[in-house]
Amino acid sequence: MIDFSWAIDPVYIATIFFFIVGLQRMSHPLTARSGIVWAGAAMLIATLVTFLTPNLTNFTLMALAIVIGGGFGYIAAKRVGMTDMPQMVAFYNGMGGGAAAGISAVALLGTTTAPSGSLAVIGGLIGAVSFSGSLIAFLKLQGWMRPRPITFKGQQVVNMMILALAIVSGVLVLSHPSWIPLTVGMYLPLFFVLSLGFGFLMTLPIGGADMPVVISMYNAFTGLAVALDGFSFATPNYAMVIAGIIVGAAGSLLTLQMARAMNRSISNVFFGAFGATEEKEMQIQGSMKSIEADDVAVMLAYANKVIIAPGYGMAVAQAQQKVKELTDLLESKDIQVKFAIHPVAGRMPGHMNVLLAEAGVAYDHLFDRDEVNPEFPSTDVVLVIGANDVINPAAHRKGSPLFGMPILDVEQAKNVIVLKRGQGKGFAGIENDLFYRDNTRMLYGDAQETVGKLVQALKKL
Amino acid sequence: MNDVTMLWTAVYIAMLAAFTGYVVISRVPVILHTPLMSGSNFIHGIVLIGAMVALGLATTPLEQIIGFIAVILGAANVTGGYVVTERILQMFDRSGKKPKKGA
Repeated sequence: MIDFSWAIDPVYIATIFFFIVGLQRMSHPLTARSGIVWAGAAMLIATLVTFLTPNLTNFTLMALAIVIGGGFGYIAAKRVGMTDMPQMVAFYNGMGGGAAAGISAVALLGTTTAPSGSLAVIGGLIGAVSFSGSLIAFLKLQGWMRPRPITFKGQQVVNMMILALAIVSGVLVLSHPSWIPLTVGMYLPLFFVLSLGFGFLMTLPIGGADMPVVISMYNAFTGLAVALDGFSFATPNYAMVIAGIIVGAAGSLLTLQMARAMNRSISNVFFGAFGATEEKEMQIQGSMKSIEADDVAVMLAYANKVIIAPGYGMAVAQAQQKVKELTDLLESKDIQVKFAIHPVAGRMPGHMNVLLAEAGVAYDHLFDRDEVNPEFPSTDVVLVIGANDVINPAAHRKGSPLFGMPILDVEQAKNVIVLKRGQGKGFAGIENDLFYRDNTRMLYGDAQETVGKLVQALKKL
Repeated sequence: MNDVTMLWTAVYIAMLAAFTGYVVISRVPVILHTPLMSGSNFIHGIVLIGAMVALGLATTPLEQIIGFIAVILGAANVTGGYVVTERILQMFDRSGKKPKKGA
């Protein structure tokens, strides 16, 4: 057979080029799609030329595994709803981490030299942690596991000990000192069980609302693991190294941004069970005043500028379509409508934008917190739909657990209408004194139904 | 290439890649952060080619089993990551192209 393996490196280089161009094109919503299509085509060709790698066997197994994995990935990705996107991303991320761990395992079972061996161990550890951690994140987001933090006494000590044991067993895999009568084949399962266990235990105490941070971080983890595994071959696979590092950088950046948006440090997300520092019950002046949909409709009809602040509650009630209808109706009456999107509205970075885009809201209506905050004082009506903590003015008050969290300053608008299911507190469990302000009115009920009523009432006016 | 040379080459590459990643990704607007995440998810799906080589070089049944699973996982990662990202971006594409109503 003619040797075509010379084609491998040029194709890998082109693949990396298109990956970077693809990410580059994501700097605008209109060019983003073509970017991912190019990157996808490049990846497909890279997969094909990999079959040309010298000395490979097991081609039947390879093709079979690609068909199984690819088929499953394709079907699941086509079926998933946009609301469930966060757990899907966590799931695929875990798959990548698992694949990286598998590569490490195969490399360590074979003969590896010292430096690439230690890289394979580190890659295996990170990959395995990402695999089990992402799976827990997936289960929690999917609702197959209680999303609340699962904590027990001495949890952090136990976790750290397991991590330490995993590292020790990793060192043993490499050195397997002669005074211990065990072989690599015996250390290796121990190493992976401990690594998987650590990822599992590390994710248990993290609550549902912290998932944006967690998913971003495991994304970075998988990227790193892939990069490290690029060195576990006789000739390093630099395509894996570069792609992995780029993802590692992306994930780290998003992790930090998400944590900042919630005013939490990374260690606080992972080690501090949230809400442990309860604020002393503060005195709230005034009372909650409720309002009917008809009155809100009148208020909206006479407004010049309306801002909608959606939260995860809107997605839970599946109210996006109705909100879009309302937006169109208001715009047809020459009323300016904007959406104020808090970075952690939703269950992953940018999730709320996706949900609104799915409902057909044009992206030029969606505004980031920093862009929209100066506009609230000149806004006639703010509709808060299913959001709570991200609009809680307690964030401006010293001593509150939310203190310092950048919020949407909706309380500066002339009128604030809060659409809410009942009188409960937000995820953080903190009383929201916005609800008691003079310019705030509460519109109780299921968000989808309530917005539907608003649409009907507005049509009659 | 000896080990020391390889190590330093790796550090050079990692540093440049990290900067590239940081610069390119800081320019992605907040509204596209979800597709950015699923897109970077797709990009680390390149682990598939590594898994293929690992399986291709596997000799013992144990190595073959692990390699086989790794290829399945890698293939699911890369396919799923791509399809999900493309679906999301398609929506932004569509929502952007809608004709705006005149004032």
